[in-house]
Amino acid sequence: MDPVIELRQATKRFRSSSGGVHTAVSDLTMTVAAGEFVAVVGPTGCGKSTTLSLVSGLEPPSAGEALVGGSPVRGIPDGVGYMFQQDAIMPWRSVLDNVAAGPRYRGATKAEARAKARDWVDRVGLSGFERYYPHQLSGGMRKRVALAQTLVNEPRILLMDEPFSALDVQTRGLMQDELLRLWSGSGAAVIFVTHDLEEAIALGDRVLVMTASPATVKGSFPVPLPRPRDVEEVRLTAEFLEIYREIWDSLREEVETARERGAANVA
Amino acid sequence: MSHDTLVQPVTAESPLPDPRRAATKRRYTVWSIRVLLVVAVLGSWEYSASTFLDPFFYSKPSLVWQKLVDWFTVGTSQGSIWEQIEVTLEEALGGFVLGAIAGVVLGILLGRSRLLSDICAPFIKAANAVPRIVLASLFVIWFGLGMSSKIATAFVLVFFAVFFNAFQGAREVDRNLVDNARILGASRTQVLLTIVVPSATSWILASLHSAFGFALIGAVVGEFTGADKGLGLLINHSQGTFDAAGIYAGMIVITVLALLAEWGLSALEKRLLKWRPPAAGNEMQI
Repeated sequence: MDPVIELRQATKRFRSSSGGVHTAVSDLTMTVAAGEFVAVVGPTGCGKSTTLSLVSGLEPPSAGEALVGGSPVRGIPDGVGYMFQQDAIMPWRSVLDNVAAGPRYRGATKAEARAKARDWVDRVGLSGFERYYPHQLSGGMRKRVALAQTLVNEPRILLMDEPFSALDVQTRGLMQDELLRLWSGSGAAVIFVTHDLEEAIALGDRVLVMTASPATVKGSFPVPLPRPRDVEEVRLTAEFLEIYREIWDSLREEVETARERGAANVA
Repeated sequence: MSHDTLVQPVTAESPLPDPRRAATKRRYTVWSIRVLLVVAVLGSWEYSASTFLDPFFYSKPSLVWQKLVDWFTVGTSQGSIWEQIEVTLEEALGGFVLGAIAGVVLGILLGRSRLLSDICAPFIKAANAVPRIVLASLFVIWFGLGMSSKIATAFVLVFFAVFFNAFQGAREVDRNLVDNARILGASRTQVLLTIVVPSATSWILASLHSAFGFALIGAVVGEFTGADKGLGLLINHSQGTFDAAGIYAGMIVITVLALLAEWGLSALEKRLLKWRPPAAGNEMQI
């Protein structure tokens, strides 16, 4: 099957504020098939998020190519959804109007957009909170709003940048289950960036391990755990631990490298 | 008696303070001290002006009051007081609305365009450094003694106050919000209207409070410089006739106008920013 997302030797360099050049991602080659859930893990600050901006078209690659649906990315491709690490919902809009934003931008009438939004607010379990403003919601509920806001556009490609990292452990587990439930049957390809290996294995069909900065793919590990998965349960199975050990062996070196560099920078 | 006393029964000897009653009591205290302060200041002024100060130079509260009553019942030297108020308000409002619109539009435009702001930065800094009040004289020459010269003065004062806030507000828009909107399918105009403008609104509204004060100053100074109607002219005329009470009375009328406008703007702000979490210690704000 043709990949939905493809990166070919993609490299992204930034000019740092001190005038030097910082390479966030170098020679990155990866593919994601339709409907595949790929979790990307790597040490903190290695350039995982940059990968997502290349696919989403927010940043063009400095070298190499990013393809979505077989054609090179110019601007933001159709059918892409992106969930950011920080809250990106509009604080001045109610839950309902936040979720309705996507359809409105895409030319739906107010009534159509609201009807669609109401449906999605229901699906993420926020019915009754339509008229609340974001500051009146908990962190987990705001993530649900963001999820509904992204999914209401029915993306073929879902990019997620550590979306649950700011949540407490219980809420995070709950949101992971919720995500799997909403994703199953949607047929969307997912790239889920995280620094939490447990999360990556619990969610993904495949785990990509990134090297310490500049990031490139170090290894790709299939996760043959059956679906549907219960995130809390699956962590406790023997297969899970087996996979965890295998991937951690690969990831550990990178984490240590990143840590040493961090220590060197501080010193 | 209710049955939900959980910890211990409340007896007559140890009444628990009711927070609402405590708040009412506090407000009562605050207001009575305020009234006392006003009475003390006015009383000592009245007393000094009746004994050792010359009321010709310093006037006194009873004279100012007399003047105000006189203005509102008989009329001023320039005609009806209401007409003067109307003229000054119209000038201030005109300058305020035009200045605010120009400030918001240009501020957001320059705030979003690096190139434009780089080009314009030195000119704006220079224009802001000009003591703008003296422009009033220029405007009288350009636009004559009528309303337009005062509106122009109010405009330049309001414009810069609003402009810098709108500029800053447009600069400080959360990148994530913009990226998110773009991914959701927003065009450049949609990003501007649904993300940038609402983000900058709290900045802009904050500047509008001081801006209306500036608009009034602009209108009054403009009238001072040369006019045929208005509160500024009234004050100028009082100055010309050594009528200290008239100056005070004019000040009071202008102050009341400014406070009314402030109250209206606060109501508008509350309505537009109802999405914001209530700030801690709101009670303490002045």
